[in-house]
Amino acid sequence: MAVIRVIGIGNLFRGDDAVGLLAARRLRERLDSSVEILEAEGDGLALLDLMEGADQVMLIDAVKSGGHPGTTVRLDLSKESRWGRLVPCSTHAIGIAEAIDLARTLGRLPKQIILYGIEVDSLESGAALSEPVRGGLDSIVEQVLKEIEGIPCTKCI
Amino acid sequence: MTEERRTGPEEVRQTRTIAVGTIARVEGEGALRVTVKDGAVHDVELRIFEPPRFFEAFLVGRHYSEVPDIVARICGICPVAYQMSAVHAIEQIFGLRVEGALRDLRRLLYCGEWIESHALHVYMLQAPDFLGYDSGIAMAKDHPALVTRGLRLKKAGNAIMTLLGGRSVHPVSVKVGGFSRVPGRRELEALTTELLWARDAAADTIRWAATFEYPDFAPDYTYVALRHPDEYPFNEGRLETSNGLSVSVGEFEQHFTEHQVPYSNALQCTFQGMPYLVGPLARVNLNQDRLSPMVREVLADTGLSLPLRNPFHGIIARSVEMLYALEESLRLIQRYVPPPAPALAATVRSGTGTACTEAPRGILYHRYRVDDEGIVREAKIVPPTSQNQGRIEQDLRQFMPRLLNLSNEDASLACERVIRCYDPCISCATHFLRLEIERE
Repeated sequence: MAVIRVIGIGNLFRGDDAVGLLAARRLRERLDSSVEILEAEGDGLALLDLMEGADQVMLIDAVKSGGHPGTTVRLDLSKESRWGRLVPCSTHAIGIAEAIDLARTLGRLPKQIILYGIEVDSLESGAALSEPVRGGLDSIVEQVLKEIEGIPCTKCI
Repeated sequence: MTEERRTGPEEVRQTRTIAVGTIARVEGEGALRVTVKDGAVHDVELRIFEPPRFFEAFLVGRHYSEVPDIVARICGICPVAYQMSAVHAIEQIFGLRVEGALRDLRRLLYCGEWIESHALHVYMLQAPDFLGYDSGIAMAKDHPALVTRGLRLKKAGNAIMTLLGGRSVHPVSVKVGGFSRVPGRRELEALTTELLWARDAAADTIRWAATFEYPDFAPDYTYVALRHPDEYPFNEGRLETSNGLSVSVGEFEQHFTEHQVPYSNALQCTFQGMPYLVGPLARVNLNQDRLSPMVREVLADTGLSLPLRNPFHGIIARSVEMLYALEESLRLIQRYVPPPAPALAATVRSGTGTACTEAPRGILYHRYRVDDEGIVREAKIVPPTSQNQGRIEQDLRQFMPRLLNLSNEDASLACERVIRCYDPCISCATHFLRLEIERE
């Protein structure tokens, strides 16, 4: 059976940077245990270990690409190795982008890996999630749920 | 007067890879400003963004039991250090003394953090400087086996932290008086095979790092570290300096004073008015007699000897501590007998407590005042990076003259290499630095 893993990334105490973690928590409430939900705080390189053994990984993280706060992006990292203007936010120690690039270099990237990014606004210490990002959070949760539904279920064959 | 700027972000756009801390750079979380006057270094200012300041205020009004979870978020790399300083300070207020197996488990947890943090810095952040790569990723292309070894070492440390709970989302976690749950013997023993591999890999790391070419540089440091009567220090000890001071942790603020500098929101800490050095180099030098026979043997093979006086040898000191922490982990696991209870019962009482523990980057001082309901009324946190900040500036002042003939870009890269020796929190970014050179 294919191992599907959702990893929410962020920092609870840095304003909008909490959004990835909050998305993971909401998904945990709405998905059964066949999908693994992990939260990653701090060190981005830990992502290498968190992805290990998964066939499909969905990362959810705050990003900055110059767009409006709250807008969401989906990037298929198994196909796309260029980050373009997309900057996964790094109040974490080592960036997510760097961890992904390293995994790719070492041939340790999961078969399928998709980044869901939510454009963020304020990363101020102690701030609450900003209004537009709250909307982005709702939307990203639905998108991930849809994507998971679309994954062929090997159990059902 | 002209002002030239060389900034990381431009480089990032060119290479199209997103370097760590791009946001940090934009926010100016780590920046260096050097003023050159008449061909000589006039002034060096290092600006560091420092999250503990926010947390000091954030902790006030919180119940003491929330403190370990909150402080674990201050640093992505060293949550355990913040938890350890916090619980020891609060336990001092309550008159609790954690001993035996619980004390061993805390020491083991701390070993895990040192292994993880040191492996990250040695392999991913500092080794690329010596091997001529601009990042760990670039190094991984040519040396996949080395990088894989580093990542596996890091994972071995992380496995200990995961088992003993560095973060609240995990079922096991650190609390005042002990842990929320303690592992059984078998759970710990399951780590042994990997730790044995890691121990040998750490020894190889020392041998490998000893082959690097080091710049000739040996500033006159005042080292500061904890010193314990019979252990290499983690959670306990007296504060000792290389110029003869030995005081209890409670006296920290009488001897080490923080002051504001106008260009940075980080406070700088001085000892007797002078900058000083904390961290692996200070620890190995002040505690060389507490290191293991295996560490001494491996070091002797490489021809290196303690004390290490060159800041670039920080990579050696970290490798040495990584080996020590792995040996110590194996020893602690071997003698582990689960304690009768996962935590000592805490009885709240008002008062002030202090603690200093050895974070991977050096001594981390916490002071808390709680009221008779266990609510935090005052919190003070002095992280290692703010203590080393003045020393980093002094080193740059001493190192800069040999860089003045270089282009701003090359000078900037050379300065980054100096700064990375200290593994400051900001060094998590391989290209964190925005260098401004003002030439008058």
